[in-house]
Amino acid sequence: MSGLVKTFGATRALDGLDMEVATGEIHGFLGPNGAGKTTAIRIVLGLLRQDSGSVSLLGGDPWSEATELHRRLAYVPGDVMLWPTLTGGEVIDLLGRLRGGLDEERKAMLLERFDLDPTKKGRTYSKGNRQKVALIAALASNVELLILDEPTAGLDPLMEAQFREVVERDIRDGRTVLLASHILAEVEALCDRVSIVRKGRIVESGTLAELRHLTRTNVSAEVSSDPAAIAQVPGVHELRVHDHRVEFEVDSDRLGEAVKALAPLGVRSLISHPPTLEELFMRHYQDEVVE
Amino acid sequence: MTTLVGTWSLIRLILRRDRFRLTVWILVLGLVPVMTASAFIGLYPTEASRQALAATVVDSPAFNALLGPLYDISIGGLTAWRIGTLGSVFVALMAVLTMIRHTRDDEEAGRRELLGSTVVGHHAPLAAAIIVVVAIGLLVGLIITAGMVGLGEALTGSLAFGLGYALVAFAFAGVGAVSAQLTESASTGRGIAVGTVGFAFLLRMAGDAGADSGLSWLTWVSPFGWFSKLRPFGGEEWWVLSLWLLFGLVTIGAAFAISARRDVGAGAFPPRPGPAEAGATLGNPFGLAWRLQRGAFIGWALGIGAIGVVYGAAGDSIGDLLESNPQFAEIFEQLGGEQGITDTFFSAAVGIIAIIVSAYAIRSVLRLRVEEEGQRAEHVLATATPRLRWAWSHLVFGVAGPVLILALAGILVGVSYGLVIGDVWGPVPRIVGAAMTQLPAVWVLTGIAMALYGLAPGFVAVSWGFLVAFLLLGQLGQILQFPQWTLDLSPFSHIPMVPAEELEAMPLVILVLIAGGLIGAGLVGFRRRDVDF
Repeated sequence: MSGLVKTFGATRALDGLDMEVATGEIHGFLGPNGAGKTTAIRIVLGLLRQDSGSVSLLGGDPWSEATELHRRLAYVPGDVMLWPTLTGGEVIDLLGRLRGGLDEERKAMLLERFDLDPTKKGRTYSKGNRQKVALIAALASNVELLILDEPTAGLDPLMEAQFREVVERDIRDGRTVLLASHILAEVEALCDRVSIVRKGRIVESGTLAELRHLTRTNVSAEVSSDPAAIAQVPGVHELRVHDHRVEFEVDSDRLGEAVKALAPLGVRSLISHPPTLEELFMRHYQDEVVE
Repeated sequence: MTTLVGTWSLIRLILRRDRFRLTVWILVLGLVPVMTASAFIGLYPTEASRQALAATVVDSPAFNALLGPLYDISIGGLTAWRIGTLGSVFVALMAVLTMIRHTRDDEEAGRRELLGSTVVGHHAPLAAAIIVVVAIGLLVGLIITAGMVGLGEALTGSLAFGLGYALVAFAFAGVGAVSAQLTESASTGRGIAVGTVGFAFLLRMAGDAGADSGLSWLTWVSPFGWFSKLRPFGGEEWWVLSLWLLFGLVTIGAAFAISARRDVGAGAFPPRPGPAEAGATLGNPFGLAWRLQRGAFIGWALGIGAIGVVYGAAGDSIGDLLESNPQFAEIFEQLGGEQGITDTFFSAAVGIIAIIVSAYAIRSVLRLRVEEEGQRAEHVLATATPRLRWAWSHLVFGVAGPVLILALAGILVGVSYGLVIGDVWGPVPRIVGAAMTQLPAVWVLTGIAMALYGLAPGFVAVSWGFLVAFLLLGQLGQILQFPQWTLDLSPFSHIPMVPAEELEAMPLVILVLIAGGLIGAGLVGFRRRDVDF
């Protein structure tokens, strides 16, 4: 996807979005509500047409070659609605057949793991169970690309763990997964690369290691003399001083200078850790709140 | 009554959500009778002219079946006969559809749950919907009463007409309320309620048509029969009003009783488990569409077939009319004798059936929109299903469905008429032919619905506006003396009146081309537009 723009009336849902998902990787797609994740996914699926920019999906055009490309992918929408009169089992089989094949063995395994009763009618399932129906249908399909829009929203933590395990063990195997998610632990555990979207643009993209490198490291230290001088070090942010305790964030490429500045102060203890994904994420969220 | 807490707020919510929809119902249901009366004043200004009109219809079971008996030849009496009973069916439809929309629909969509967690009593949504429907009924009644009195008609008759409509709304608010309680599915509830309306109308038709064969008691069983028993302008039988009142109280009481015993979201009948695996037919979009549409298809086919049976049975009565009214034998001769009159009757009957079939065609096509808005279309469209294939999977019910239903209705009209005249299969080919002649006009409605779906999906409900407009143009356009060009706007006005008239191919071909063009435009539009959520 490059330079994607999509507007709905006055709202600009996508504002020049660039993103790439490599074959065989699990790509995390993060962003606050309304950032444009679902819109981007629907363009990739050929359900919406972009106003400008270009998209290529599995080497084809998702709009004009939708049918052929859809044979090779499975999609789980964020808000799964089922046909009220069809049973969960019927929906799983139907979607599998419409995609062009279902792995019966994997289906049986998934039904068991996700503990789903396939004989209940669509209208009687809870949100979590509707989600399971669509997930099982997608995970059991013989496809090379999975597009999952917040697939574990509505699942309990036990089922979430099952999902992680299944993706890790059975699905990964050469398949490409685009995983839009809010569950950061899930993204951190599963994804090779991550893109963070905000207001219709990608604001960060790369492996978790790269992202961490690009961003700030948290440092907290206890020193014997007045630490106020740390504030002069370029790249230090969010400095907080309580007597001899000091906490700050420092741009990762300036970490060395910060440590040098700390050394003469008589370091009694020093803790430094790379930012968690949550911190990366919060940083971009908070910018938005401030604006 | 803590279970009714919040009713007033819910009433305001309903009025806010449906302010356009309800205004249209009130105006159409209230003004059409008044406009009809006003037209009759211009058309039949003298007592003699009304006498002449009455003589053609008064003893005819065929007309009785269509419209109910004529009691009085004042303008008010003619209006009550021409529009009263038919209009009351639409009052009943308004009542049941509004009831289910604001009870089970909300419950199925989960909106009821959201309300239930606030300060809203268990019975408040049901009570609010009933109060709104009753209020609409009263407003419609008020417009009619005021309008008729304004046109100089008797106050007693006008009041009976208005009160009758108000109480039909009350009685069918009860039917809608009970239907909404029975199953978890709003569409099944709607099916039960509309089916009850249809069945009640059939009972009335059979009762009024079969007065000579000892079936007249059936009229008393149907809430629609009570309208003619009330005899507005024809020596009002005021006590009949208590029948609706009683019927409404019993059904509404039953609805509250069921509602008190069930959980939010649940039906009176528990859902049954289904198959764990899909059958062989559920493997492509057409299998899915058949699964989703078969219930409605069978229901509509049976309902329309039943109407056909009643029409067919009524056909023979035309001959009796001829014998009893020598004064009109002459006119009948001009129309082609007894055969001609019977044929005219059947053309009219087939025309009305075609309107109902068009309603089926529209709802079948609009299932596409229901699937899209319900976020189920995206499951299918994200698989290897081309857009047009998915569109056709439902569209086919609007194209081929009418063929099958009209054929069935034609056969049933023919056989039922044949049984009466002692020649079972004799009339069948002619009447089936007449029914098939209506197809191009029905397809125009299919096309309108598809074109709106493809090009302006937010406005698909306008399809129903077209149907109502065509219905009013056909049924009332001539009475109200609309200019010819407005009458010609309806595709049904271009259908040759087979079997009474010669079959003309040209108008049919043009209508088919228009329908095809509209369907094509809709398909192209849908292929190009975003799938909407």
